[in-house]
Amino acid sequence: MRTFNFYAPTALDEALELLRKTDGGRPIAGGTDLVVQMKEAATKFPHPSSIISLLLIPELNGIEFDESTGLRIGATSTMSDIADSADIREHYPSIAEGAGIVGSIQTMNMATVGGNLCNGAPSADTAPPFLVHDAEFVITGPNGRRSLPADEFFVGPGETALAPNELLVEVRVPAPADRSGSAYVRHTPRKQMDIAVVGVAAAVTLTNDDRIENIRIALGAVAPTPVRATKTETFLSGQPASDESFAEAAETAAAECNPISDVRGSAEFRRHLVGTLTKRMLERAANRARGG
Amino acid sequence: MGKVNISFTINGSSHQIDVEPQWTLLEMVREQLHLTGTKEGCGTGDCGACSMIVDGRLITSCCMLAPQADGSDVTTVEGLLANGDLHPVQQAFIETGGVQCGFCTPGMIMATKALLDRTPKPTLDDIREGLAGNLCRCTGYTKIYEAVMTASGQEI
Repeated sequence: MRTFNFYAPTALDEALELLRKTDGGRPIAGGTDLVVQMKEAATKFPHPSSIISLLLIPELNGIEFDESTGLRIGATSTMSDIADSADIREHYPSIAEGAGIVGSIQTMNMATVGGNLCNGAPSADTAPPFLVHDAEFVITGPNGRRSLPADEFFVGPGETALAPNELLVEVRVPAPADRSGSAYVRHTPRKQMDIAVVGVAAAVTLTNDDRIENIRIALGAVAPTPVRATKTETFLSGQPASDESFAEAAETAAAECNPISDVRGSAEFRRHLVGTLTKRMLERAANRARGG
Repeated sequence: MGKVNISFTINGSSHQIDVEPQWTLLEMVREQLHLTGTKEGCGTGDCGACSMIVDGRLITSCCMLAPQADGSDVTTVEGLLANGDLHPVQQAFIETGGVQCGFCTPGMIMATKALLDRTPKPTLDDIREGLAGNLCRCTGYTKIYEAVMTASGQEI
């Protein structure tokens, strides 16, 4: 690696000031992507002259859950922190499932949620779960603080709505409604240490007579960004939570997604996976909503 | 591009040193502290040969910047030795033949230590998952799994 100036600020304001002053300085957290990119020089950006570590900033740490206000995940929370959180496992199972399959144990102990989201990979395993849970991403920067819904954050491959010198501070997720459940799965040839060929998350809220009151479906690795399957959501809204409607939803999701062929799988295979996995995730999320 | 002054504990002894900002924890430990038990395999976080335990968590030291180790407590394979005796995990790898060329072994041993710290009696699936980030290109996985079973006091 080429050399750089290293900073480890202990306050958020200090980090923002360093980003501004260093002009092109790159924030780093776990380093599992950035260090590798810098080593391989396979970067989409010029080699940074400054690296600003975010790990010592208390405001970016921590996971808190409250039954009425919901969940807050600080940007430097690691995949392990999220996957091991009892609150997240209980109330937001798809988020724990996404975080719990990123790379290896080593990766999950280092990689942060901020890094997973801000890298803007279409295959990021925490993105579909946050999309189906209507997460808000809290961002701070030179022009102050703002909050963006998850589905406005991802712009293109490797691109997010973050403006220059802005930082992701935390992810906020509303408290789940009664009789709701979520699930995430991805298809990979290897169980660990792999990148999603397709990822599917679903979140459902059921009425007392087992109809779908609220539905979110999100797909990873089938578009330039993680995306919601909105046509499928519209179709399912108000339908009974039955095998028949889930099977039809699977066909709708396969038809509405627009994957490409690459080294991980052909467009045709991905479309097939979207159908199969959407049905499975709807069933799993509905079972969880029923308390199963 | 000045050096960075950091303080940390490694294998129970405290250090305060100046490090190159672009060095990884692995480079610092091998080149500056001359603890060469930890190996570099891929250098990109895929093979696990460089695994160390930092603040109780297994990490790949080839992906961690040395300055980010400031204030932390690091254990490398050298740190498992107690009063000249091998750690039970090390002993189990010897007894079961869980070592072929040996290059992945320090990482395998650290991953096993981290696994058993969390899950003292792992199932075979737990072991496969716990060691998924560690590659053995001699492909000696069966003996390695047997070493983990032995180290956890379970029948093979």
